[in-house]
Amino acid sequence: MADEVILLDAWNSAFGMRVRVALAEKGIKYEYKEQDLGNKSPLLLKMNPIHKKVPVLIHNGKPICESAIIVQYIDEVWNDKAPLLPSDPYEKAQARFWVDYIDKKMYDVGRRVWSSKGEELEAVKKEIIQHLKLLEGELGDKPYFGGETFGFVDIGLIGFYSWFYTYETLGNFSIEAECPKLIAWAKRCMEKESVSKSLADPHKVYEFIKGIKKMLGLE
Amino acid sequence: MAEEVKLFGALESPFSCRVVIALKMKGVQYEYIEEDLPHKSPLLLKYNPVHKKIPVLLHNGKPICESLVILEYIDETWKGTPIFPQDPSDRATARFWAQFLEQKCLPTLWKACCWKGEGQEKAKEEAYELMKMLDNELEGKRFFGGDTIGLVDIVGNFIGFWYGIVQEITGVELWTKEKFPRLCEWIDEFVKCTIVKENLPPREKLLAYFRTRLRGAAASK
Repeated sequence: MADEVILLDAWNSAFGMRVRVALAEKGIKYEYKEQDLGNKSPLLLKMNPIHKKVPVLIHNGKPICESAIIVQYIDEVWNDKAPLLPSDPYEKAQARFWVDYIDKKMYDVGRRVWSSKGEELEAVKKEIIQHLKLLEGELGDKPYFGGETFGFVDIGLIGFYSWFYTYETLGNFSIEAECPKLIAWAKRCMEKESVSKSLADPHKVYEFIKGIKKMLGLE
Repeated sequence: MAEEVKLFGALESPFSCRVVIALKMKGVQYEYIEEDLPHKSPLLLKYNPVHKKIPVLLHNGKPICESLVILEYIDETWKGTPIFPQDPSDRATARFWAQFLEQKCLPTLWKACCWKGEGQEKAKEEAYELMKMLDNELEGKRFFGGDTIGLVDIVGNFIGFWYGIVQEITGVELWTKEKFPRLCEWIDEFVKCTIVKENLPPREKLLAYFRTRLRGAAASK
């Protein structure tokens, strides 16, 4: 029986990128459907009536929503190769803890970077650096957050790498100067085809945000 | 091999209570350490340096933080009554509703009950929408978990018990049997459920706690 896998996503969504990377890691064939978030499709609204957001994975007609939940679902269903979560319950708990941390902190500051200026922007910048430094500390000297192998936390954070150029340009700072090990980690991840094929072009992301700011009169 | 399980919690916290319920469901023996939240212990700060919050589960010296993460850890570590569904699709659904309760319902209910003015009215409208979604999800079910309580019921404990008390104090009424019949029935079933009933904090303590807290909140909002 052929599996039908559809992904409702938006090209610049750091959360959508998590799912793309996970699907690529597992070698799962799927149909990608780009969503216009300014004009949400009937399919998106039907498949995610509660949040009306991307990403949504539709597996044999059944929708799964929320990126961290989708990645875990993918790992549990396609469990024959490329494990994304550790097998040890304690290590799994640590991985879930850090993805939860990324969920709680990164989306909010990311949004505030482009919507604020002056003192407010300076404050957001400091927060971004603080969160990234904490994550860099957690990475330590390991090649990946998962240790020797790329896993759940790496997937959880890597999509935001395509937004770093936008944060740096708008905030006028260098993430590499603040967190060199984290950038080394990101570049290491980008050497994986599953990552490089899934992430958005950072310059395109910046141009997109520039456009939004102009449209909203936030320049 | 002797197992050492400790829980750093607080009586008034629904997050802490979730972990107690889960441990009791699994029949796990543990030592409970009550934290005085305005004066957090050095041990708590050592075991949860990132968020500095309860609950923290300590299993053979290793800390696990964040109640939803802890619940999943408990389910994976100890056999017995399952907390999460077995099927991956059902598991994803349970995780979805748990997250919905935690990230959307919790902050909205607080604003709806405890804020004043325009912000409160908007929060109330949002709260009604969220309660409707929960009410619909309960169709044909006694509990979110089906015939017996599961993850979503446990995570929803703040609706089942805490918010009844908050509404009593603030005079805000977010749910009635007319508006959300299934949700109200669930609340009744939830607090009657033995494993829950035996592990909820005493009503008078929660009433006193929220009265103090809301007096402070009223002063600032």
